Formats: sequence, C-alpha cells, structure tokens
Amino acid sequence: MPWHMKSAVIVYPGSNCDRDCKIAIETSIGAEVAMIWHKETKLSDELDLIVLPGGFAHGDYLRCGAMAALSPINAEIMRHAKRGTPILGICNGFQVLCENGLLEGTLLRNASLKYVCKDVDLDVVNTDTIFTTAYKDHEIATMTVGNGEGNYFADAEVLARLEGENRVAFKYRNNPNGSMHDIAGIINKQGNVMGLMPHPDRAFAKELGSDDGALIFQSLVG
Amino acid sequence: MPVTEQLTPETIAQHGIKPDEYQVILNRLGRAPNLLELGIFSVMWSEHCSYKSSRIHLSKFPTSGPAVIQGPGENAGVIDIGDGQACIFKMESHNHPSFIEPYQGAATGVGGIMRDVFTMGARPVALANAIRFGEPENANTKRLLAGVVSGIGGYGNCVGVPTVCGETNFDKSYNGNILVNAMCVGLAETDKIFYSRGAKIGSPIVYFGSKTGRDGIHGATMASADFDEGSEEKRPTVQVGDPFMEKLLIEATLELMQTDCIEAIQDMGAAGLTSSSVEMAGKEGLGIVLKMNDVPVRETHMTPYEMMLSESQERMLAILKPGEEHIAQAIMEKWDLDYAVIGYTTDTGRLVLEFDGEIVCDIPIGPLSEDAPKYDRPWVKTPPQPPVHAAELGDIDFGQAVLKLLACPDIASKRWVWEQYDRHVMADTLAASDKPFDAALVRVHGTNKALAITTDCTPRYVLNDPYEGGKQIVAESYRNIICTGAKPIAITDNLNFGNPEKPETMGQIVGAIEGMAEACRILEYPVVSGNVSLYNETMGQAILPTPVVGGVGLIGDYHNAIGYGGIVDGDLVFLIGETTDNLGATLALRELSGRSDGAPPRVDLPLEKRTAALVSSLIAQRQIKACHDLSNGGFALGLAKLCMASNIGIDAQLPENVPTTAALFAETQARYLVVISPDNLDGFNAAVAQSGLLLREIGAASGANLVIADVLSLSTSAMRKANENWLPEFMG
Repeated sequence: MPWHMKSAVIVYPGSNCDRDCKIAIETSIGAEVAMIWHKETKLSDELDLIVLPGGFAHGDYLRCGAMAALSPINAEIMRHAKRGTPILGICNGFQVLCENGLLEGTLLRNASLKYVCKDVDLDVVNTDTIFTTAYKDHEIATMTVGNGEGNYFADAEVLARLEGENRVAFKYRNNPNGSMHDIAGIINKQGNVMGLMPHPDRAFAKELGSDDGALIFQSLVG
Repeated sequence: MPVTEQLTPETIAQHGIKPDEYQVILNRLGRAPNLLELGIFSVMWSEHCSYKSSRIHLSKFPTSGPAVIQGPGENAGVIDIGDGQACIFKMESHNHPSFIEPYQGAATGVGGIMRDVFTMGARPVALANAIRFGEPENANTKRLLAGVVSGIGGYGNCVGVPTVCGETNFDKSYNGNILVNAMCVGLAETDKIFYSRGAKIGSPIVYFGSKTGRDGIHGATMASADFDEGSEEKRPTVQVGDPFMEKLLIEATLELMQTDCIEAIQDMGAAGLTSSSVEMAGKEGLGIVLKMNDVPVRETHMTPYEMMLSESQERMLAILKPGEEHIAQAIMEKWDLDYAVIGYTTDTGRLVLEFDGEIVCDIPIGPLSEDAPKYDRPWVKTPPQPPVHAAELGDIDFGQAVLKLLACPDIASKRWVWEQYDRHVMADTLAASDKPFDAALVRVHGTNKALAITTDCTPRYVLNDPYEGGKQIVAESYRNIICTGAKPIAITDNLNFGNPEKPETMGQIVGAIEGMAEACRILEYPVVSGNVSLYNETMGQAILPTPVVGGVGLIGDYHNAIGYGGIVDGDLVFLIGETTDNLGATLALRELSGRSDGAPPRVDLPLEKRTAALVSSLIAQRQIKACHDLSNGGFALGLAKLCMASNIGIDAQLPENVPTTAALFAETQARYLVVISPDNLDGFNAAVAQSGLLLREIGAASGANLVIADVLSLSTSAMRKANENWLPEFMG
C-alpha cells in the first residue's frame, strides 16, 4: 500500500470544497495533499490522485465548469488523465470533467429547478473500479448532495454504453435531481477518471452524519 | 470651497432631511450644502446609518462580559472562545430591498453581513437567518418566499458558507413589508482581529473589490422610510449581488490580513464609500481626501454624487500603512480584483472630495458620524392585557388541535426552505436545520469545540407586552443553546419595528429593548452587535414588533452535545418546570380561537437561569440523552416533536393540576422536556434532587403513537404528515 500516496486538489477561484477535499483525503488515508492553484501549468508526475473539488469554479454564470475547462491547469489534468493517474471530480469537479471532455454527458439544471441539499442513499453499482473496491461488502453508501445542476444527462447511445461497459459507479436510490438512469457517478473508459455528484468530502467521519465517503479514498490505496 | 447651488425644499425632502435637520447642516457648514454634500448628510443621517431614534435606548443593553472582546460599534461583535480563537458575528436586515426584488434583496443581505464579519479578520463559517412573510393567502407571499429563499441560497451556496439554521414565519402584518434578517458567524485568531478604528494621519486609502456602479443609490435612505404604493418603482435602488466576487474578496482580504499592512479596514455596506470612509476617519478624528477620478467605476460619466452614494456590492476600503500599497496590489492582482489608491487621511477632520481638478465637497466629519443627530422620541407604554384562561377556549378536540398546530404555517416543517441551502460545505456542520437540535452546531475547525447558533423571536408576545416579550426572546435563545449542552455566550440583535415617530411604535421599541436588556443582564448573555430596522410600514400598517435575537454559544467537546432525537422504546421522559393556566398570546389561542390578545407568558429570569444551570449540568454529566425546551405550542407540541424526531410514540401523563387545555398548550417559560435511558434513573434522580426545581416523570417512549392520558392519541406518522405537507403543498 502506498502509504506515502501523493495527491493534489485543484483550486479554482470559486472552489469552495477544496479544503474539505484536503481534510477528507488526509483523514481517510493519511495521504499528502498539495493545493494547486488553477493558474499553475505543471502537475508533478509523482501524483497518485488528482481531485477537482466542488464549488462554483469561475462563478459558473455560464455553463457550470465551462470556464474551468479553459483554466491553465487543465492541460496538465488532460495529460495525467491520459497517463492513467486517478482523477476524481466531485460535484462542480464532475461538471468540469464533462466540460473538458474526460467524461461523457453533461449536468443539467435540477428537474425541480431548485438547488437541493439533502442526504442521499447510493447504490454502489460497480465495486470493481479503482474508486469503489472498498465498497465490496458495503453496497449502499450514504452521502449528501448539494447542487443546482446535478441532473445527469446523456443521449441514449452514451447511456447504453455506460451501462453496457459497467461504467456507472453510483446510482441514487431516491433520485434528488432528475438524473437519467438515477446516475450519481460515472467512470471513463480507461477506468481512471470518476465524476461523482454527491460529496464524499462531507461524509468521511461519523460526526458529519456518515463516513461512507472515506471508502472512495480507501479504495485507491487498496 | 465647493460650488454651492440652490437646493429646493423638495430636493431636501426627497433626501429624507427634515427642515430642522437642514438647519443643523446650515449651522455646521456656515453655508448651504451643494447636492453632493446634501446626499452625504442624507445617507449618514438616515435612520439606517445613524440609529438616531434608537441610540439612546440601545445604550441600555449590557455589552460587556468576560468573553467579550468587542461589543457594538464595530462591523461585528467579537467573543473569546478560548485557545487564542475568537468568534465574530452579527445579524443585519435587508427588509425593504427584499420586498422590492426578493432574490437580489436577500442575496445582498447575506453578502453584506458576511462582509461585516470577514472585514474584521474572520473566516465566515456559518450563516443563519430569520425571514418573515405576509399571510399565505396574500397574493405576494409565495413569490416573495420563493425569491428570498432562492436568493439566500444562491449567495451562500456559491460563496461556500453553510446556512445552518433559521426561522420562517408568516403574519398578515408583513404583507407589504417582509423581513429578511441574515446572520453570519466567523472564526478568527484573537491576535488577528481588524477594526475600522486605528487609522493614522497621512495614510493611503485603498479601494478593492468590485467596481462602483449606479446600483443601490440611496439604499440607506430607502431603508429609513415608510413604503407607499410607489415602492415597487424603487427597484433601481436595489443592489445586485455577485457571490463569486464575494468569494474572491474573502480570500483576498484574509490573505491581505496575513500581512502587516492594514491600519483600518471597513467594507462598503449601506451608504457605500461615504459611510466606510467617514466612519474610519470619524473614529480617529481624522480628515480624508478622496480623488473621485480614481474610483474604479463600472459605468461612464458617473458623478461624485453617484459614486459616493452607490451601494454596489463586494467592495472594501482599507487604510494602509504608508509605503505598503504594493503588497496589497499584488494580492488583489492574484485574485483578479480591482484595486486603486483613491485618497489619503489628513489632520483636518474634514471630508474633501476632488473631481476633475476641483473640490466638489468639503464638510466636517464630526457631524456626519460620532456627532450625528439623535432623538429622544416621545413614546407611550403599551397597555397591559389580562391573562387568558383555558376555560375561554371552550371545548377542544385535542388530537385535532395538535394536528392543526403542527400544520400551521409558523410550525410546519420548513424542509422546502432549508433543502435549498447548502448546510454542509466546509465539512464542520454537526447539526443543521435537518437535525433535531434546538440550536445548530458548527465545529470549530480542527478542534473538538463547537459553536451553537440560533435565531429567535416571538413577535406576538412583543406586540401584547413589549417588555415581557423582549425578555422572552432572549430567554428562548438562551434555552435553545442550553438544550444542546453548549454554554450561551453572547447575542446579536436585529430590531425590526414600524415608524418610530409614532409614540405607540416607539413604546414598543423602548419596552422591547428594556426587556431584552434585563434578560441579557440576568442571564449574563450580553449584546455584542446588532442592527436596527425602523419604518417597516406600508401605507400606515406597521409590522408586528420583531426584535430578532441571534445567539451564539460554545461547547468545549462536541461529543457531549445532544439534540432531541435518538429516543428508543423504554426511554423515560421528564418535564422540568411548572405550567400555569395562561394562554394569552399563545399559538393555540391564535390557531384554535382566532384570537391574538392576552398577556404573554411572564419570564422569571432567575428561574430561567437556575433551570438552565440544572439542564446544563445534567447534559455535562451525561445523565440525559435528549433535551428540548418548550415554546410555541407548549407541552403538546414539545412531545410531538420528540416523537417525530425519533419516529416513535410516547405514552404520557398530563403534567400539572391545571386545566387540560393549559397543560397541553400553555407556553409557560423555563420548561424543558428531558429524556433519559432507564438505566440512568438513579443518577438522574440524585442529580435533580438537589436542584429544588419542579420535576415530573411524564411517561415513556413506546409504540408508534403519542398518547397523552385519555385526552389524545395520534400516530407519529400522522403528525409527521401534518407537519411536513403544508409548505410543499402551499408552494406547489
């Protein structure tokens, strides 16, 4: 187990879960966490995990994540994705991954047209991904969502491919935002990039209501 | 000397300056003011900025105590929470703008109160609110509620500060004048607190944040006048918020504060550039020169009048140590924020504005700030009312009555509201609106300490007896914090009333302040910050007197905190405190009899203090597992809430030798329901015995129904349904 695992959290100017992600990683697996400003143009080759945190990257007055996909750091995120570094986008981070093309589909305005913050129970649909192996005996996870645009949308072909290739990692038991196929989290084809709308970074210790999110980080260290 | 011009009586009146006040201006200047100068007097002497009707009464509040680092008079209050850490908090209203444009009005209310807190060096860690709307039947209520909630969420969620608690109420008196009171709580280090005082002579004045636009001009004056039929036309005076800019401003300001270059700092809130510059200079008896051509502006051809009175959001003004400007500039460039040195401090005691090579304003600062007018307005005492005894309510179907109260707009679950607020960002929220706790709990980051936060007001009590009602608000805030196991430390207040020029309204203000002050004194729960919002009237109809209290407490180890959930079969329920036969001004009287008269419950403050001490020690000794104070709806609703929180039934007895209606619904103060595990019975009895307080075993948790003696039996699921359904059905 790489106990000295090195991770990075990308900090966009409107990120607001960057610190939460750092603490969640530290608490869950004791990894080293570097906070990387979005104007940086270099990410270390030594990284074992890159997290794109929640928030409103550049205010998101345009489509969520659209501007973040143009931030200087994005080229390095793309490079790491290609070389297989695990990349996790949470909430706004998931939106960024859809905008920079690492994940398919997009996240629309919630079906209710309102922001929603609530606890959700998730089915861990695929426990064979690098982010979910620790859920093997734990196939329901509780976390919270907090989003206005968490409504996952993709065309029928993409949905069929995601389901067929077992790339839907998490599904809502009670869909809070209208996501197609109750999708809460998906993985790329290569298996190293995950987008997740609920917040493991708010569910890593019992006193926060749940520690089920810690298993995502624990999966990465085997 | 600036060019003067002939101002008509209409212009003077439009600026809210009364003839006698204008005479004072003439005397202080020795000449007539020009329009710009009149505008500056107008905003600084507005009720909103000068507190001219309330100041002499506000001085009755106790404002000091062992934990108080900074009381009222700065941007926010500061308390010591140990270990070199401070908690900084304040509540402020944004009532008039929210009525005119609910989304932006509420959003900028949240933004403004956050700036008051981070201006002092604190990172905002929690938001709370108290919002009040007209009766549900009013055509505007649904739209205003939806807009305000969306605005509060839209701003706080984006900035990334959790909204952890609040209250949402309805009354027809708010039909034309809703209330939006927002509270922010922040954390700082005690040796890194920043003030608006401390500026020295010859120091540069720097502006950073958003550019100045034409939005919000005369907001402070608008907030200080009655509404009339043309109020909706005042939309251009409502500011537009940009929470992303606020997020950048927080990070940039806190980064600047890590350097050692700030002498004084203040955000530009009400009355914008005028009040921030005048207040910083006024506190040190300094003068100020501002070069208006250097102010970053959003629009072309802006006049100094517009720049000085603009309430554009997300702007800061700091007075730096000379020669340190480049440090601030580099930080603002990193965060892509506008930055400009726009002037300097002087020893003249005057506000001098230069524009296009001319002096366009030159007035003394004293009369604008420390020396502004204050009034001892005439007032009459609110006449006392007799108690209302249970017999007056006649025969009641008690089960139906409980369901009706649970579903009434004031009590119905506000899930529809708080599910739109991010309650968990920052990952330190231990208990927010979704959890059965009487106060929200937010961990002090990286420690085992937690802050307890609550907002409270019962306007119907204040209406009938301002003094007792004022006491009750503070007592309820205190109890809500006690129930979690935290120690109440201090409050902020937000005093919302009608027109103070009416002696009856002024009587409410004086009575409520005196009652609150008495409670703060006895409970050792001082006021450290606050805001006054007067003239909450539309077409002569005043709101219910609504002095809201935002309370903050501290628990040393959050593992010892409790709520009122987690009850299991067999747990024992006790009532601490005595119930009396008075239903005056209660929720039950209003909802069941359509009456709002009567003496509200009296508050015996020494008894409150003794009872709270007992409850605190029971929680600290881990004798009790759940605790809930009795307030709206009394004993019956208290038990209903325990049942709903744990999805369980309770088999209960009636508490006292009082008529059943009073036993169930009286809102007698200083009462708590506490729940213990049967294994703890001996320890609990021993701990309580010494207190001398009235304690009665009420019953035990069992089954799926709330059964109270032979007077009612309700399934917990039916109660939940009644409680949960009203708001979503109303909002559609």
